[in-house]
Amino acid sequence: MLRKKRDGVASGPRLSDSVMETAPRAMDRRTFLKRSGLTAGGLAAAATMTTGRVSRARAAQAKSAPVKTVKTVCTHCSVGCTVIAEVQNGVWTRQQPGFDSPFNLGGHCAKGAAVREHAHGERRLKYPMKLVDGKWKRISWDEAINEIGDKMLEIRKSSGPDSVYWLGSAKHSNEQAYLFRKFYAFWGTNNGDHQARICHSTTVAGVANTWGYGAMTNSYNDIHKSRSMILFGSNPAEAHPVALQHILKAKEENNAALIVCDPRFTRTAAKATEYVRFRPGTDVPLVWGILYHILKNGWEDKAYIRARVWGLDFVKKEVMKWTPEEVERVTGVPGSQLERVARTLANNRPGTLIWCMGGTQHHQGNNNTRAYCILQLALGNIGKSGGGANIFRGHDNVQGATDMCVLSHSLPGYYGLKKGSWKHWCRVWDVDYEWMKGRFASEKLMQSKGIPVSRWIDGVLEKKENIDQPDNLRAMVFWGHAPNSQTRGPEMKKAMEKLDLLVVVDPYPTVSAVMHDRKDGVYLLPASTQYETYGSVTASNRSIQWRDKVVDPLFESLPDHVIMYKFAKKLGFADQMFKHIKVNGEEPLVEDITREFNKGMWTIGYTGQSPERLKAHMKYQHTFDKTTLQAKGGPLDGEYYGLPWPCWGTAQMKHPGTPNLYDPSKPVAKGGLCFRARFGVKAPDAWGGGNLLAEGSWPVGSEIKDGYPEFTMAMLKKLGWDKDLTDAERKVIEAVAGDKTNWKTDLSGGIQRVAIKHGCAPFGNAKARTVVWNFPDPVPIHREPLYTPRRDLLDKYATYEDKKAYRLPTKYASIQKVDYAKDYPLILTSGRLVEYEGGGEETRSNPWLAELQQHMFAEINLADANDLGIRDGEMIWIESPEKSKVLVKAMVTERVGRGVVFMPFHFGGWFEGKNLKDKYPEGTQPYVLGEAANTAMTYGYDSVTQMQETKATLCKVMKA
Amino acid sequence: MARMKFLCDAERCIECNGCVTACKNENEVPWGVNRRRVITINDGKPGERSLSVACMHCSDAPCMAVCPVDCFYQTADGIVLHNKDMCIGCGYCFYACPFGAPQFPRNGAFGTRGKMDKCTFCAGGPEPDGSQEEFSKYGRNRIAEGKLPICAEMCSTKALLAGDGEEVANIYRERVIMRGFGSGAWGWGRAYPGQNPG
Repeated sequence: MLRKKRDGVASGPRLSDSVMETAPRAMDRRTFLKRSGLTAGGLAAAATMTTGRVSRARAAQAKSAPVKTVKTVCTHCSVGCTVIAEVQNGVWTRQQPGFDSPFNLGGHCAKGAAVREHAHGERRLKYPMKLVDGKWKRISWDEAINEIGDKMLEIRKSSGPDSVYWLGSAKHSNEQAYLFRKFYAFWGTNNGDHQARICHSTTVAGVANTWGYGAMTNSYNDIHKSRSMILFGSNPAEAHPVALQHILKAKEENNAALIVCDPRFTRTAAKATEYVRFRPGTDVPLVWGILYHILKNGWEDKAYIRARVWGLDFVKKEVMKWTPEEVERVTGVPGSQLERVARTLANNRPGTLIWCMGGTQHHQGNNNTRAYCILQLALGNIGKSGGGANIFRGHDNVQGATDMCVLSHSLPGYYGLKKGSWKHWCRVWDVDYEWMKGRFASEKLMQSKGIPVSRWIDGVLEKKENIDQPDNLRAMVFWGHAPNSQTRGPEMKKAMEKLDLLVVVDPYPTVSAVMHDRKDGVYLLPASTQYETYGSVTASNRSIQWRDKVVDPLFESLPDHVIMYKFAKKLGFADQMFKHIKVNGEEPLVEDITREFNKGMWTIGYTGQSPERLKAHMKYQHTFDKTTLQAKGGPLDGEYYGLPWPCWGTAQMKHPGTPNLYDPSKPVAKGGLCFRARFGVKAPDAWGGGNLLAEGSWPVGSEIKDGYPEFTMAMLKKLGWDKDLTDAERKVIEAVAGDKTNWKTDLSGGIQRVAIKHGCAPFGNAKARTVVWNFPDPVPIHREPLYTPRRDLLDKYATYEDKKAYRLPTKYASIQKVDYAKDYPLILTSGRLVEYEGGGEETRSNPWLAELQQHMFAEINLADANDLGIRDGEMIWIESPEKSKVLVKAMVTERVGRGVVFMPFHFGGWFEGKNLKDKYPEGTQPYVLGEAANTAMTYGYDSVTQMQETKATLCKVMKA
Repeated sequence: MARMKFLCDAERCIECNGCVTACKNENEVPWGVNRRRVITINDGKPGERSLSVACMHCSDAPCMAVCPVDCFYQTADGIVLHNKDMCIGCGYCFYACPFGAPQFPRNGAFGTRGKMDKCTFCAGGPEPDGSQEEFSKYGRNRIAEGKLPICAEMCSTKALLAGDGEEVANIYRERVIMRGFGSGAWGWGRAYPGQNPG
């Protein structure tokens, strides 16, 4: 799978190409060298040097200059590894291991060990540019902001605010993500989104609708306590390598079983004690195939289910249809193997369950995520140390950006888009609701979900009359997002070409700069990386870490929040937007932004993590236990590292954070919880009308010894606990909504404080629900992929009917009813490589990483290759049923099963056989270019969240 | 006296290449020269194993024995280093090395091999410790700074261990005890073919 070039000469761009102009204003590394007089031979010589010596020259540095050490956090995956940077004369010179971090204990994968190179940025976008007659032209920031702003205001006037799309990023800090979400609210649209839509949206929807919150329940470290581990569609050895440190510890020290379920025999599978290969897109049958044995043999945790789980009997009816024979017919996994897996899970509790993109990126992804939850609930594994649904998020701050709801369907903190939600945030922002309403085209559009990022191309290309908004999308802002991480390449190209305006804000030009054939109307604005600014970032386990600034912004790049301020000023709402955020020059004060979201994010407890507390956690990292994450002694005694949310109440309340969600073995005040009462107190009559509140289970120390609904002021009064409120708190509560004020809208935090004082969870104490009655499939059922190779299964497991969702018509049955499998017989799936991340522009521009993976490839099974006459290393075409195709190298391997083709999705810069190298602004081409796998990926969107289907489609393979 | 050694635990190595880029980043090793590499065998099949390989700093180093200009030397800690000013780039050490450690940069039009380059255990070369000259020829001298090789310090899963052989052995012994039974560095499958530690 991992094709390594061993003799080192790149066929693509060479390192020596990188010797190029330096920007006049900002100091980069080479300018520094010049000033320090240390270049030995001078810069002129560098241009003529061969590859090796260029590196050497770059390396030369002032040995004598004083060394400043800065602590920051890796900007790649969600593990949150501490990076220790050494800085001399304002230049990042070395990295040291951060042994004190409980997350990585000094460890790094290839990406983390090479992050310094991002802050040298030879291939970065160095100044604002625009496309003029097909040529890139350098412009000033003022010109760029004015021209773009004028065009946007014109579009706003003629088509309404919904015709501009604001695509944000999981690469933003929490402060930037929050500000971005606030920004497009003030612009007056819900047409904003970010990578979470196409990574874990089905997780968030599925999990939150099962037990309350849509996040990883435990932590990487808590896996130390697991006695079994089962992974679905997750390959942490490549996607979250440092997580393996914790997983292998459990495997070695607890003798814990490591069961890997994946269509590919991954690097993680190589470490497994049991590997289950199954057909892509058949997760529900696989999980039901395991649960079948558990329920049949009575291995479920009956006492736990009675107290804390609702509706399992409905699920059982569906599960018992999945006999071992039927499971094998659909998934290809023998029944005997799944019985062994079920027995292992039953005999080794607590066990953790981990899933990633392999489970989420399907048109029925929300069914998959709920099925995983139900398996864990049946085993009684949720709310226990060593158990949990450990959903590994992808990007470094995709958890945080999701929590800030840089999404098209919610306001920060998952408040939704209802009138009450807007009113809550208007109170926090101190703006008038009527004014806010006036920013939108209508109150209806203000409260209706915007177009998700997965569908922006349809927002451009769909007929105007079919879209539930005044006009098509006309301007697209890619603010830290790789277009090659999205499916349907040729249509995306068409959409890009149809736009009036395309704006890219990114440290790199990205594929957005090159994949279209536009001649004008494209702007590239250089954003700084997170190493050139500071702020907080949320790791997958909900811990929030504080990054310090390593170096000043390189070249003419600016931190994202500065660019947001510039745009807000140009577009005319800066005064309202920055009412309570101090702006120094043009830079909004980061800490003020943290304090502002602290004031509003009561739902998920982002309220107790003040900048001061977060900075102290970074400083005293070494005092935290490496397994429990709890500080032992020291100034933070008893707190959990990074104050994992919910960290209830105000910062003054000093809640320690919640290390494991829903764990009633601790008092709520000390990080304990129960399941959230989110779905009412009684099930709908159609589903038996049973009691949804917990029965006989409550967090330790609770004064209410039973289930209870979520807290409101009225409930406090009924309990007689309102006398515990201070006068100040009472005043705020009265001002919000009197007795109707609840734990989510009380801006004083008083209701939360009092509930917790009495040992109660502010969000109530309920059962988890296994039936989500408001979803298309209340009980998760199997539906074949839209492009399925198994036509014989369609009479039983067909997809949904076509419908409308998120303002757009969405196709299901109309695709599935056509038989494509005759001409496209192989299954096509995709995944990650350890060296690269996301669309890969940043990592492919990093010489240390680029050298390790120089060619885009596709894995194809030996038998299929021989049938097609294809040999290892040959160039092949992979064509999808939608006729999009990519030219890649064949890697013949048994890693994929027969009938399955796999491609990594990090490549870009080629399009359907054409190298786009010359279309990049000079000097910004990544070292490695290749076909984007997603060019050939096809239509398909989740029935609840519009997640794109990238893990199960069809293709044919041809010799090039 | 310390005796510096590497040990790579095949039960732990996941081929994440952290050691490779850490080495490159710390020592500014040019494109095409690889002091450390992760080797995977049985790629994509059951029995897949990865190991990170560099110069093993042999006690009785074959490279030293065969070098025609005698450019190698061994430190008191047992680290095998060489003098690039003396090296003639003949590649004889490459013949002798059991691990494929010596690397030869291609920095000429006709593919001449240039001076040999290899892992220094992050211990620099014969020039004064921490000098600019040492750094530009051999990379960092972490040993002189009281630190261990960066590859091992940054290993994502703590598979790669480096340091005084006695300390490395102690860490590894403790790990083996924690595992409970006798999988050696080469893994359980090697000790008892066909079985997995369940």
